[in-house]
Amino acid sequence: MTDYFSQLSEDVRFQEGLNACINCGTCTAICPAAEVYDYDPRILTDMLQTRNNEMVEELLKSDMIWYCGECMSCKTRCPRNNVPGLLVIALRNLSQKTGFFTESEKGRQQLFLKRSIGEWILNYGYCVYAPHLHTSMFPELGDVWDWIDNHMDDVFTRVGAKLGKDGPGILRKIQSEDLDELKAIFDATGGTERYETIEKYSAKKAKEMGLNLDETHNNEYFLKIYNDNDKNHHEF
Amino acid sequence: MEQTGKKAIWQEYQKEIAEDKYYYARSCIRQNFFPGSEHAFLNILRNNLKKDLHDDAKHTTCTGIGYHSDVVPMETTMTVVARNFSLMTEAGYQNYIPSCITSFGLYTEIIETWKHFPETLEKTRDFLFKATKRTFDLPNNLAHTSDIIYKFRHEIAAMAKYKLVDVHTGRPLRIVDHIGCHYSKMFPEKGVGGAEYPYVLAGMVEAWGGETIDYPERRHCCGFGFRQYLVKANRSYSLSASRKKFESMQPYEPDFIITNCPGCPYFMDRWQYVIAETEHKVYGAGGKAIPVLTYEEMAGLVLGYNPWDLGLQMHQVPIEPLLEKMRIAYNPAEKYLGVNGKDLGKPVIPELFKYQDE
Repeated sequence: MTDYFSQLSEDVRFQEGLNACINCGTCTAICPAAEVYDYDPRILTDMLQTRNNEMVEELLKSDMIWYCGECMSCKTRCPRNNVPGLLVIALRNLSQKTGFFTESEKGRQQLFLKRSIGEWILNYGYCVYAPHLHTSMFPELGDVWDWIDNHMDDVFTRVGAKLGKDGPGILRKIQSEDLDELKAIFDATGGTERYETIEKYSAKKAKEMGLNLDETHNNEYFLKIYNDNDKNHHEF
Repeated sequence: MEQTGKKAIWQEYQKEIAEDKYYYARSCIRQNFFPGSEHAFLNILRNNLKKDLHDDAKHTTCTGIGYHSDVVPMETTMTVVARNFSLMTEAGYQNYIPSCITSFGLYTEIIETWKHFPETLEKTRDFLFKATKRTFDLPNNLAHTSDIIYKFRHEIAAMAKYKLVDVHTGRPLRIVDHIGCHYSKMFPEKGVGGAEYPYVLAGMVEAWGGETIDYPERRHCCGFGFRQYLVKANRSYSLSASRKKFESMQPYEPDFIITNCPGCPYFMDRWQYVIAETEHKVYGAGGKAIPVLTYEEMAGLVLGYNPWDLGLQMHQVPIEPLLEKMRIAYNPAEKYLGVNGKDLGKPVIPELFKYQDE
């Protein structure tokens, strides 16, 4: 059996995040995710410190590792300097490397994040880009955003922005030579490989589930992972 | 000079903030949702405080939201950050000031990781050179842009046109602050006041005449949670966290909320809108929602900037009740106009957010 625990141990975030947990539960008391999900960072930390490889594999395939919001409130409060939030980041990293992320409903959502935030980074140089934000996907953007969306250039110009224009400024057009450097960094450091891995395992899972998945944002698998939320995630 | 007694105890809650010559790194979220805030920050630094600030067209996102959504690996993020440091080095600057709290937290974490795991720094230098032929120096000073406004809060107070006071009663405005999780929860010693005694915003509030309310859920997350907001299926996480904060601050009848992070004001503004629309509930006094400001917007108002130049028309919660309390001169008819008075129509105004004759 693959030694997943050893692979996790190579991650500096895992090394920083796991000291001797005394099971006090302070992290769980402070955790915003524990309030809304069947999630307990104390249990997660305790599972990892057993060094049980089968348990690690179970975690990599589970919804549990995707509940955390990475707010890092646990970092401030732990009396023993454990950081469950960092452990989660290391677990999510390995879950994607191994393809196990598609085994859970919450893990499968990585495809949406890759195709939105991930691609906006490489296409525009921004994690978020206003021309792609609409109330159809994000209804809480509100009535005011519908007005902004309908008059985007005018509204942004009114407040001093340079949306899509050359030179420095707010939401300026990031030039192709800078985007090329960004892409070269992704190619050299594993970023591009990560994106390809997410696509590859998602395509495999979509086929297994009998759902259509194409390159657009409008297909059965993509809409399912964006919208579906099993109520059992919130059963305590 | 060696500090002793209480001064020594409080020293760890202070931070060194550079005096001048800043390399400015823009925020993805702030540019999209609060563009007027970044515009105001540059104006305040350059025109009011006469500081040297470099606004570089070449820098990109730090990938922070991608990193914390776990689609961008650590090595990639470190190298993108290194490229931004390389641009700072190339421009001849040493004081790096990101406009984003996610970025500030990430820059801090990366620099600390490079210190504790020097092999990761060497690997990053290799990656960056291989990909771009670039080299870089680390910043001498790293501060969030709110740290800069905090540092010069008394200078701003001396130039202020308005105070954070209800001019009708003389009462200091009651203000709740939200400093954002990644400002100091990970590295408390890197934030003014640390995680326990957040003072970066409270210091501005006090210097400009207001009163800070230390409400029970002051330190609770706004609920962004990266994937927890971005994916629609998870979004109740985000709403629940903001709601918890609203319920906690409501009894103190705050006049407004002041925020540090670019994302937090978006969530605290828009989740009030959602609760008003779905439950017909608002959390401010007198049947009104609670206005939410960025610290740049608060500084801009105090300095007498036009509210519509600051972009307050891009908020969902109406800001006018606060302008009236402070008796700030503004023209309601100009709220939704474009440049040179261009008619852009008006958004639909939710029933509970209607102000006067809207």
